[in-house]
Amino acid sequence: MTKQTMSGTMKWRYIKQQLFFGVVRLSALILTIALGSLIFYIVINGFRVISWDFLTLAPTDSMTKGGIMPAILGTLYLTLGAISVALPLGVVAAIYLTEYARQGKIVRAIRIGVNCLAGVPSVVFGLFGLGFFVVFLKFGSSILAGALTLGILILPTIIGAAEEALKGVPQTFREASLALGVSKWLTIWKIVLPSALPGILTGSILGIGRAAGETAPIMFTAAAFFTPRLPQSVFDEVMALPYHVYVLATAGTHIEQTRPIQYGTVLVLVALVLGIDLIAIVIRSYMRRKKRW
Amino acid sequence: MENNHFDSEIIKTKNIDFYYGPFKALTDITMNFEKNRVTALIGPSGCGKSTLLRLLNRMNDLIAGARVEGEVLFEGMNIYDPEVDPVEVRRRIGMVFQKPNPFPKSIFNNITYGPRLTGTANKSDLEALAEQSLKQAVLWDEVKDILGRSAMTLSGGQQQRLCIARALAMKPDVLLMDEPTSALDPISTAKIEELIDELKKSYTIIIVTHNMQQAARISDKTGFFYIGKLIEYNATEKIFTNPDVKQTEDYITGRFG
Repeated sequence: MTKQTMSGTMKWRYIKQQLFFGVVRLSALILTIALGSLIFYIVINGFRVISWDFLTLAPTDSMTKGGIMPAILGTLYLTLGAISVALPLGVVAAIYLTEYARQGKIVRAIRIGVNCLAGVPSVVFGLFGLGFFVVFLKFGSSILAGALTLGILILPTIIGAAEEALKGVPQTFREASLALGVSKWLTIWKIVLPSALPGILTGSILGIGRAAGETAPIMFTAAAFFTPRLPQSVFDEVMALPYHVYVLATAGTHIEQTRPIQYGTVLVLVALVLGIDLIAIVIRSYMRRKKRW
Repeated sequence: MENNHFDSEIIKTKNIDFYYGPFKALTDITMNFEKNRVTALIGPSGCGKSTLLRLLNRMNDLIAGARVEGEVLFEGMNIYDPEVDPVEVRRRIGMVFQKPNPFPKSIFNNITYGPRLTGTANKSDLEALAEQSLKQAVLWDEVKDILGRSAMTLSGGQQQRLCIARALAMKPDVLLMDEPTSALDPISTAKIEELIDELKKSYTIIIVTHNMQQAARISDKTGFFYIGKLIEYNATEKIFTNPDVKQTEDYITGRFG
């Protein structure tokens, strides 16, 4: 091969490489722009109504004035309720699937079931919650019914994340503990679970975000159209941010008038979800730094 | 003879066949392991020596589809009897692995992990036990001031001695070692070999090794395995100077494997 042609192929290779990098960069750029402009749009339209009163007062004047405090509180209650139902249940299920169950047809069937559950439209969960928790168990439209419905909704996310995290724990840790004559259960409790916790938390972040943002599952099970009164027990209805947006944007009599409040509410919802995510990320990175292997 | 236990056996395998699913990994292994001696298991990769080692404290239970036929008698009791709790077996027959595998915990908590969780030592005794075990593993002087530091910060050789100390803290009768120095540098290897020589005064040691010089240096008896069979089992000196079987000679002289 002569020098001439070699530099020719090299040039072509260089161009190909640059082209490929360009495509990759562009994809990343588009993604960032989409996210950035979404947040920018919400902030620009929403920040004007954000004030101390907006965050701490109940809506007044047919929801055209006042604040959204009951909805913020309601969403917090529902999200925390959902995660405290789904996290223990999901982790225990994942422990069963990865550590105890004999890998075979039954486990595969359970996994497929879990994955199917993840793909079910959220309104179906809403109807299930209405039929089972609200009507059959007579919880009524309440925080309890809504939290349980959201809990089931995010269960597959949590199970999936917990399974991945458990599988990521080095087999040598399990062997080391078992070889010392420590029982399987204690090995899981003392070694496997603590090592998997950062990964499990990551899954919970996704779950929390989803639970806080969903409208359909709480529409029939927990959310009130309007209640200025704060909930006194888990059997009370609550307002919730996503449903509040939905109501203001579709069902109110003053849709145009409440537009700024809608954006404000969305901004608060996004900030709330990001805030919860941030807390979880901080906890996770703290634990990761502590546990290195 | 300096030790009159020489002929007392602590573990005895009787006609062991072992299967990974349909694959037969060991065929008809009958072998005596003597108390307070170092027994080395050698042979080419895949010959079944590690399988045999792991079967002696039922670590192979963890592998799906693994099946044992025959008996492993530990002080006369068959550890594969359905009445026997494998957890109990592992408390008396400890194990050190090929790659150092300390827990992501402090040095102190690594040592005391076993005794604490199995309730074999009182809380008040843990510090003394940790010191004793670390001294036995000749690690005490290096770590006595940093017991609270993560075990992951130690060097590979130190980690392996920590794992030995961790196993010793359970006060086992037998210590199984699965190529304990294959991931270590020569200096750390020498330290561990010295340690093994010291430990055989109080423990029975069965060691799998790929390193034939190591087997010759540290063991009293050596078993040579080939394709799932025990080809020859003899005093180490005999194996390395005048083996009975041609195959053994071929292997130790490096003609194959």
